[in-house]
Amino acid sequence: MNLVRNHVLISIDAGTIMAGAKGVEKALVDEINKQGLSGEIAVLETGSIGATGQGVVIVVYPEGLYYANVNPEDAKEIVEEHLLKGRPVKRLIMTEMPRQQVIRKEKTGLLKEQARIVLKNSGIINPENIDEYIAAGGYEAIERAFTELKPEGVIREVKESGLVGRGGAAFTTAMKWEFASRAPGQPKYIICNADEGEPGTFKDRLILEGDPHKLIEGMMLAAYAFGGSKGFIYIRGEYALSIERLEKAIQQAREYGILGDNILESGFNFDLAVMKGAGAYVCGEETALIESLEGKRGHPRNKPPYPVTEGLWGKPTVVNNVETLANVPEIVRHGAAWYRGYGTDKCPGTKVYTIIGNVATPGLIEAEMGTTLRDIIYDYAGGIKAGKHFKGALVGGAAGAFLGPEMLDVQMDFINLKEYAAVLGSGAILVMDERTDIVDMLQSVLHFFKHESCGHCVPCRLGTKQLVEIIDRIALGKGKTGDIEKMVKISEVMRDTSFCPLGQSLNLPISSSLKYFKDEVYGRVPATV
Amino acid sequence: MIKATINNVEIEVPEGTNILWAAKKAGFTIPTLCNHPDLPPGGQCGICVVEIEGLPGLKRACMTPVGEGFKVKTHTPRVMATRRQLVELILSDHDTSCLTCVKNNNCELQQLASTVGINVLDYTGLREKLPIDHSSVAIVRDPNKCILCGRCLEVCNNVQTVHALAVNHRGSDTLISTAFDAGLGNSVCINCGQCVVHCPVGALYERSATEEVWEALHDPDKFVVVQEAPAVRVMLGEEFGMPVGSLVSGKMHAALRRIGFDAVLDTNFAADLTIMEEGTELISRLTSGKNLPLITSCSPGWIKFMETYFHDMIPHMSTAKSPQQMFGALAKTYYAKEKGIDPEKIVSVSIMPCTAKKFECQRPEMNASGYRDVDYVLTSREIGRMMREAGIDIKEMPDEHADPILGEYTGAATIFGATGGVMEAAVRSAYALVTGKELENVEIMPVRGLKGIKEAEIDIEGTKVKVAVAHSCGHARALLSKVQDQLAKDGKSEYQFIEVMACPGGCVGGGGQSWGSNMAKRARRGESLYAEDRSLPMRRSHENPEVKAVYEKFLEKPNSEKAHKLLHTHYYKRSAVDGKILPG
Repeated sequence: MNLVRNHVLISIDAGTIMAGAKGVEKALVDEINKQGLSGEIAVLETGSIGATGQGVVIVVYPEGLYYANVNPEDAKEIVEEHLLKGRPVKRLIMTEMPRQQVIRKEKTGLLKEQARIVLKNSGIINPENIDEYIAAGGYEAIERAFTELKPEGVIREVKESGLVGRGGAAFTTAMKWEFASRAPGQPKYIICNADEGEPGTFKDRLILEGDPHKLIEGMMLAAYAFGGSKGFIYIRGEYALSIERLEKAIQQAREYGILGDNILESGFNFDLAVMKGAGAYVCGEETALIESLEGKRGHPRNKPPYPVTEGLWGKPTVVNNVETLANVPEIVRHGAAWYRGYGTDKCPGTKVYTIIGNVATPGLIEAEMGTTLRDIIYDYAGGIKAGKHFKGALVGGAAGAFLGPEMLDVQMDFINLKEYAAVLGSGAILVMDERTDIVDMLQSVLHFFKHESCGHCVPCRLGTKQLVEIIDRIALGKGKTGDIEKMVKISEVMRDTSFCPLGQSLNLPISSSLKYFKDEVYGRVPATV
Repeated sequence: MIKATINNVEIEVPEGTNILWAAKKAGFTIPTLCNHPDLPPGGQCGICVVEIEGLPGLKRACMTPVGEGFKVKTHTPRVMATRRQLVELILSDHDTSCLTCVKNNNCELQQLASTVGINVLDYTGLREKLPIDHSSVAIVRDPNKCILCGRCLEVCNNVQTVHALAVNHRGSDTLISTAFDAGLGNSVCINCGQCVVHCPVGALYERSATEEVWEALHDPDKFVVVQEAPAVRVMLGEEFGMPVGSLVSGKMHAALRRIGFDAVLDTNFAADLTIMEEGTELISRLTSGKNLPLITSCSPGWIKFMETYFHDMIPHMSTAKSPQQMFGALAKTYYAKEKGIDPEKIVSVSIMPCTAKKFECQRPEMNASGYRDVDYVLTSREIGRMMREAGIDIKEMPDEHADPILGEYTGAATIFGATGGVMEAAVRSAYALVTGKELENVEIMPVRGLKGIKEAEIDIEGTKVKVAVAHSCGHARALLSKVQDQLAKDGKSEYQFIEVMACPGGCVGGGGQSWGSNMAKRARRGESLYAEDRSLPMRRSHENPEVKAVYEKFLEKPNSEKAHKLLHTHYYKRSAVDGKILPG
């Protein structure tokens, strides 16, 4: 048997594919074969390693050396110099390294390490191979659930872990499951909300691309816990690679008897289907998602009844976000106490953030709950780009809140941020420097909402329209006295009377922009003469 | 029972009662717009929001059940400011040309703007004017007036299950429209007009024929005859401020005469005639045992619905025309002959509670007389407008009879306007036709009332006839699906005779009746028809002397060859995509 001395991991995600990862992969393999090294060096595909905007990224193990912006022409040099002669190709070494590490608590001296629970396997294992997931401890949790915990035990473990929904609303996950477990009606459904539509957010995509089996196991555990038998992954239609990998993973799981009837002789039956969304933001709202899944126009439903009692086709249904479900296998495998070792008391665990905007290394990170915005920006994301200064950030997506410099040291978690009238939301962090125009930002957010309003209720349908009328005026320097107050008033009425969270949340970016950047916004409305 | 307070007034209501109705009980009317008493709340407008002590935000009264100990406030400063803002937003996107709107003075939005006190509107971005949909012969849709309350969608898709209307586009571009924006006339719309009577604003209304009728009335060369459907006489009073359900048969005849119709006749005569034809058809089907159940054919909305969604049931349909069309065929033949009038000069007008009748009279096969059998159909609302324009107040009219020889009617005819009425009238005469004896108790209670599907078993001297009555197309769909299943399974159905009316409540609830229709009003109008039935000297169609005369002088006997030529029709298969006639 050949002993492989080097593993070359090539990150295959939507971004790197566009940058030509497949071509680089082929060039590397060809070159390795040409040099007669195919027995010693293995080239493996993996998911995103967490860095974006750095072209094709490869990692050479055991050194753990990252190369960025690799082109097919570089293959010869990498093979000849590094893999054959042991001399790293300096010009390609990634300068801003993504900081990742396996689950480890200690941060002292290792601030750059991330506490990875959700992204544990991402960028390390081959997402298209179920064996690699199993080798990394995958599907151990479901076995523990079947043999030791039983459904009640799974709910108990998840309840004690303090896991709350990562899609934005932060509802206690175990409570949802309990409601569904008690609700009469069969069959019961689990839906994974993978319709990631919050602007600037792509964490779910990278989880799906990097570790699809983790989601499958999470959904199995959830369904096992509340008595579900059929699962749907409602996924953004644009996520072609995620869909492909999920379908492959589901097929492999079926072949291994992990999905289907009488799974692992447990008597538990469960299967999954992937359903593609058509790109409406409102379909991220769980009842609109269910309508869409039923083949109807994506309009939110009246609540109550909540999906846990009357969801898909009127049956008890749990809708959980990708990240939420991806936490579950690790919780069940290691136990609630272990999970509570991460994050804060009130809000345990980690959060996956997508950092975009004017930072040195935009991308995806996983950090413990309670990490400050300052740490996230300056430590994990390399600080502000090109010697500029931090002006503010839009945190939580378009439906999130603007934060000013005075918020840099606030601990970020679902509960703490609420006290500052902000939200963690989807975990998108859009960083602005002094060049960013706040009215511009607000204008873009309001246009987004006007475009995505489904049109069902008056406040959202016509409120978004009038808000756009006003902000467009202000942006052109033609704002009228009273326009800003009118904008606030409309957004407050929207918050109080919109039918679903889409319209309700628009007050947040407006009120927060005025909280931190009042002078700048008012300065754009000509003084009354 | 749940105890709560509304503006400090203590109330006790059954569990599940929403705040809107609980507030009414406490003496407070919470303003609403999208809400309709007969439809489930959609929550579109948000006007009915209230504050509940201890709960965050505002709650929609229409869809929030009263909770134990709730302290509800219906007009706090915050609530009132919110309502005003919402109405302002609606008006910011609304074509506010109220004075020239068909709903002026009858508009719920106009009323609401006044109720919440909108004085100034300062918004930009009014939508560009969209084309008005004139594609239908019955119903006009003006998207510029539409406020997207969703009532038409609810009633079209869920009550009627017609699915002609849908939501297109999204956000502030959202429009209610038809499939492919093809227009109502190129859709599966059955012209029932339930969207029209549920619309709070002027977005949906009948395609008016008042101008054409005025022109005919003012033309000295024309002989204008008019017929009025049973349900019109229990609604027209409402147009003049009379209590809902006031019976104005005599005043209606008088008013029409004063408007200038040359002969004021009555559809009720033709209803009696329909019973003779349909009753005879029933007996022959019962005797032969073929194509049972027999299904009634008076409702043109139902006919198009059947042609679109149940055309495999065509062999079961009665071939008898509706009373309107029977009347039309006789007006330009028998009537013209008896009265010595050139049928060329006759203009035949009908007053209907119905928008689908406008479609029916224009069906190409409806020309048995050699002319268009019925020239113009006016809805009850349109004739109300014409009377007002002519300075006629129905309240002030004397009671007058319709003119002979197409004007006499029995109680059996007048109950055609209520769901179950055709069934009841048919049974009254079929009993006599089969047994040669008169039915002692003519009131067949199980087929009356507003239950969606009613069933009864009629004993005709030992022969049991199982009948069913459905009103609204949603209930008809359920009943007919059941019949289809039975026929597919056993080759026969448990029913022998089925009455279907397209509109909830029957014709009293038709799409041509007054704006703001609801089930309570429909019920009262229906009761008035049964009251008229009780008050009439003759209550069986076969007793009608003018009906006897038409057979003696002209048609020979029911279902005769001549009767078939003039009074019977045939049906088509229609596409479930655009409602057009399918080949073959």
